[in-house]
Amino acid sequence: MGMTIAEKILAKKSGMPSVSPGQIVDAYPDLVMSHTATWRSVSVMEKAGATKLYDPDRIAIVLDHIAPAKTEKNAADQQKSRNFARKYGIKKFYDIDAGIAHLVLMEAGHVAPGDLIVGTDSHCTIYGSLGALGTGIGYTEVTSVWITGKLWMKVPETVRIQLHGGFSRGVYAKDLMLHLIGKLGADGCTYESVEFYGKMVSGLSISERMTMTNLAMEMGVKCAFVPPDAKTKEYLASRLTNRKYEEVHSDPDAAFSREIVVDLEKLEPMVACPHEVENTKAIGDVAGTRIDQVFLGSCANAKYDDLVVAANILQGRKIHPNVRFIITPGSKEIMLEAIKSGVLSTLIESGGTLTNPGCGACAGDGGILADGEVCLSTANRNFLGRMGSSKAEIYLCSPATMAASAIRGVITDPRDL
Amino acid sequence: MESVIRGRVYKFGDNINSDIIIPGRYLIYIEPEKLAQHAFEVLGADVPGKLRSYDIFVAGRNFGCGSAREQAATAILGLGVKAVIACSFARTFYRNAINSGLPIIECPSLYDAAREDDHVEVDIANGTIQCQGQQHTFPRFPDSVLQLLELGGLAEYLKQSLK
Repeated sequence: MGMTIAEKILAKKSGMPSVSPGQIVDAYPDLVMSHTATWRSVSVMEKAGATKLYDPDRIAIVLDHIAPAKTEKNAADQQKSRNFARKYGIKKFYDIDAGIAHLVLMEAGHVAPGDLIVGTDSHCTIYGSLGALGTGIGYTEVTSVWITGKLWMKVPETVRIQLHGGFSRGVYAKDLMLHLIGKLGADGCTYESVEFYGKMVSGLSISERMTMTNLAMEMGVKCAFVPPDAKTKEYLASRLTNRKYEEVHSDPDAAFSREIVVDLEKLEPMVACPHEVENTKAIGDVAGTRIDQVFLGSCANAKYDDLVVAANILQGRKIHPNVRFIITPGSKEIMLEAIKSGVLSTLIESGGTLTNPGCGACAGDGGILADGEVCLSTANRNFLGRMGSSKAEIYLCSPATMAASAIRGVITDPRDL
Repeated sequence: MESVIRGRVYKFGDNINSDIIIPGRYLIYIEPEKLAQHAFEVLGADVPGKLRSYDIFVAGRNFGCGSAREQAATAILGLGVKAVIACSFARTFYRNAINSGLPIIECPSLYDAAREDDHVEVDIANGTIQCQGQQHTFPRFPDSVLQLLELGGLAEYLKQSLK
């Protein structure tokens, strides 16, 4: 019997010839990521009395949430993380200037097809955009992997998602994922791995694939994959310069637990309504809803391509006077590219304000909402109270829908502009 | 962890996400007591205080979905809650709960049967729950998980294994 991508990666990383769903293995990750939570893992390590790491080169640290520090406590916590990185010679350490951990690690060439990556963030699933198995764990478990090099993992079932046709105008990977999450529910794929297939997948940019594997988390997946191809090689060519990798693909006779088919031609721009991501509606059902703030940010949709999509709509236009527009590029690399190309000038001239790269308003760091306010966001979560007041509302959408809506001051179909 | 847990039930619905359990702005803390002061506060300012008088949470599908924040489990422990029983859990919360020493049990039949304020008795080692004179069962935890729960979580396990 053949194996799926998740099965092959978990077999390899646990030194087994083959594994099957439900089996529990001791796996050795290639990379353990911790973000702003790093100080908590350091505290656990101190309490455990540990002084040795399994392999400092398998550790990556990126200070992305609440950065730069807002309070003395944040500052002390960040200092603890920096001191740890220096003391133990962690080379993959990225400070408050770098941006969102996931994007930074992929840009820096620390993620390759076939890798197993765990980290203190649920959206580690995004590494599947490059064919790596990424999944979230807590900070205590990060400490455990730092010290022992391994963790137990249950081999998931794999769901095949077959995409037919292509996106029509104004429709993006974000709309596809909101459609899927709405259809399957927040626990539609709990504990499962998903793999995306279809003729159009080879044409999708790595940026769109990141959006897909990132948002897959919101239907409960353990991991998600876009199988590596020519686009993956092209993305990695300039980034993975000092290591070799082997692409991992599902066998032709691999066993999928089920197949979900999506006809992309019929897909419309989608919006997730308060207060759950699964509460999705086609744009026509929510168009006209008043908005007070728009947020172009997060690991879901603040990549360079996302900024370009928004800028193409906002070029030569001004946002509605009642709307605040927060631009938070996903990483320093993305921000620099957007500065050089003029994309940032376009966004700022339209009425936006720029913040430093990082998680920003998605995780409630800046851009807080007051009672009764409404934010339309390109992020991946709209949970009650996530951006401040529990009497505020968050809607989620693509960068195109965000840009069109910012101009009109109400949720707007990007195809209307 | 006590091997037999007795107490009063508080009931939640489906998809209780970790932002509801403990909002992101309090992740600067790791102490159970500090986190408990703000646990579930987005549901109402009086909710954290009210929940302290309950011992066992019973919930619907997908409890703990969303963020990988470990403090979701810590905050529940800080409230004095001794176990969470749900129809199903999100995977990261499931790991975090066991790693924090919080017993976490999948038992859909109990969700259907239990009412808020019911008194239930959970036998962790034997995999049984008594509620309104009826017995519900759940699969026994593997020994490795029982060991983690008995030690109070992964941090203590690490400490002992390094001795």
